[in-house]
Amino acid sequence: MEENKNFTVSVYTENNIGILNRISAIFLKRHINIESMTVSKSEIEHVHRFTFVVEVPETLIRKVVGQLEKQIEVIRAFYHTEDEIIYHETALFKIASTHLYDEKIQDKLKFRRAHIIAITERYFVIEASGLKEDINRMYEKLKPFGLLQFVRSGRIAITRPKMAITELLEEIN
Amino acid sequence: METLKKDIQEGIAEKMIKITGAEAVIKCLLEEGVNLAYGYPGGAIMPVYDEIYKYQDQFHHVLTRHEQGAIHAAQGFARVTGKVGMVFATSGPGATNLVTGIADAQIDSTPLVCITGQVGSHLLGSDAFQETDIIGISTPVTKWNYQITKASEIPEVIAKAFYIAKSGRPGPVLIDITKDAQFGELDFSYKKCKKVRSYRAIPKLNIAQVKEAAALINSAKKPFIVWGQGVIIGGAEQEFKNFIEKTDIPSASTVLGLSALETKHPLNVGMVGMHGNYAPNVLTNSCDVLIAIGMRFDDRVTGNLATYAKQAKVIHFDIDPAEIDKNVKTDIAVIADVKESLAEIMQYVNKTEHKEWMQEFNKLYNIEHEAVINNQLNPTKKGLTMGEVIGGINKETKGDAVMVSDVGQHQMFACRYADFIKTRSNVTSGGLGTMGFALPASIGAKMGVPNREVVAIIGDGGYQMTCNELGTILQTKVPVKIVVLNNSYLGMVRQWQELFFDKRYASTEMVSPDFVKLAEAYDIEAVRVSKREDLADAIKTMIASKETYFLEVVIEQEDNVFPMIPTGASVSDIRLS
Ligand SMILES: Cc1ncc(C[n+]2csc(CCOP(=O)(O)OP(=O)(O)O)c2C)c(N)n1
Repeated sequence: MEENKNFTVSVYTENNIGILNRISAIFLKRHINIESMTVSKSEIEHVHRFTFVVEVPETLIRKVVGQLEKQIEVIRAFYHTEDEIIYHETALFKIASTHLYDEKIQDKLKFRRAHIIAITERYFVIEASGLKEDINRMYEKLKPFGLLQFVRSGRIAITRPKMAITELLEEIN
Repeated sequence: METLKKDIQEGIAEKMIKITGAEAVIKCLLEEGVNLAYGYPGGAIMPVYDEIYKYQDQFHHVLTRHEQGAIHAAQGFARVTGKVGMVFATSGPGATNLVTGIADAQIDSTPLVCITGQVGSHLLGSDAFQETDIIGISTPVTKWNYQITKASEIPEVIAKAFYIAKSGRPGPVLIDITKDAQFGELDFSYKKCKKVRSYRAIPKLNIAQVKEAAALINSAKKPFIVWGQGVIIGGAEQEFKNFIEKTDIPSASTVLGLSALETKHPLNVGMVGMHGNYAPNVLTNSCDVLIAIGMRFDDRVTGNLATYAKQAKVIHFDIDPAEIDKNVKTDIAVIADVKESLAEIMQYVNKTEHKEWMQEFNKLYNIEHEAVINNQLNPTKKGLTMGEVIGGINKETKGDAVMVSDVGQHQMFACRYADFIKTRSNVTSGGLGTMGFALPASIGAKMGVPNREVVAIIGDGGYQMTCNELGTILQTKVPVKIVVLNNSYLGMVRQWQELFFDKRYASTEMVSPDFVKLAEAYDIEAVRVSKREDLADAIKTMIASKETYFLEVVIEQEDNVFPMIPTGASVSDIRLS
């Protein structure tokens, strides 16, 4: 059995209604659990970019990318291993304001990409961003204080190799 | 000055004709050269039907008895003509009744455009009367789909639908149009679609790949070709024949590739797959180079992938990059339209002979003939066999007929024994295996090629799934020939029960009505045959008839289709009995 690996899949698509359905159906058909997903505008006008993180064998992800690219509204799809990308996730932690002046919390905030983004009478909100492990570590540190809410984003990633979408679009047109 | 300006403006205004969305639908179809559609009306598509009524001198609509009948008819039409099949249905149940046919068309790469009505856009998402999310439901089984909510979108979307349905690897497209968009008005003008930004219909041929493939083919001692429907869809029958004749390579077909090359061509070594011929299945595991052309290594073809052609280098010609390495790992992929790649490779392949290798196919054919084929075509047992019925039809039609088969044992007999002399003559549900396909598909096929004989071969089970379409025949008088092979069982399932479930015939015995009377109720001439001595004459009379004709043949009850590769077995472990 080929071993599972983490892959980041980037899919460039037309900005049309229904495309998410079409794309997720392909993962669904192959019984692949999506670890995280982010959608946003891309560097090209009317082109959206989906970033999926999945844990599967490489032969499988290659087939999935083939099926993704086959969709009419998908311009290109790529998959990358962890060392081919620079990525980030963001998390928000909501904590009761009783802890605001707790020195121990102040300590935790020394992590270089964490800071307080809102303070009210009842609670305050810490934002942290970084690699998945950074967020996990932050989570473990803050959990003892009681988390009123916790949320983390999907991954956003920039690849080290080039993804020649603009050139590709020019070539088609 | 003022009046002149006003005149000009009015002139322009007159030229830009304002019409309703519903009328635009029909005008778009006429622009695409479509003047025949199948369908079934209902509330949400009524504005379009009203236009069909107004345009009836230019646009023909066939009312089927069920939406499934409509879509299978459109599939039959598309398969024999290569044109886009057209279907209309209303929202909700009308749309969902299309789903089986859409899935069937998707897996068999059949070009279709389905237009469904939808509730008014202000009602979308409110669980309104007859509202279903047909876009969501059909997404996994369409090549593309789109919901129109404004009349002004209609021309552009329909143009795009036709381009996507028929270009590249064809497939079904569904357009859902809300009722208000059908009633709404637009300034009509039409431009055919020639490209879609994110869609590359035909990959660019890479000459380096062609040369590499040619070098491997030239070096092969035991090359073997398996071709599929891609040859037919690409219109590459002649290029294919030139190629195999120059290289002298034994070639076998998948079920859907049948008729691309005439059955009796000396290099045609039969059909591969679960119920395919002995020689090509066995020798798949002996060839040194396996050349797959416009086929997708379906599991019914390959059997167990772990033992499939492991000794061979594999070359795969296909238009769809996603098919490469999907099931079988290839050594060289030529990703392009096969019409182009096969024409190109002719420059680089040597004229060769493979006499000894061909002999191996002939030897195995003789074994199969002795063990299976002869008994099927010239049986000595009392009951009639499906094979001899197909043989009898061959005799009368000289292989010139379009054979439309349903799903089951009779389908495999039809595919194994039909003689084809022309392309686009085998219409069957391959990838999905949809029972109920044949009767409506034969209606569409006959309308597509009215000058050809169209014979539907159907089991007693599948026939009862869509025999309501006899009503469509009654109304249209389309002269198809219907042959029901009645074994009083869901034969194919019974065969599996016999072989793999200790003969426990769970719910496969089937009591049927008097099929002859049923046909007669629809004003169709009908005959039942149960004795060998009556068969030939009955077939002769049927083929000679200018009208619709129904023939029921009572078949040996427990006859089996062999050879057979049991699921999970290797292609070379094919059983002859
Ligand atoms: C819609 C549908 N339901 C069920 C099946 C499963 N199935 C495959 S073959 C078969 C039996 C077909 O029986 P019949 O139409 O009598 O043909 P025969 O095999 O006897 O020639 C069945 C039930 C199917 N292919 N399609």
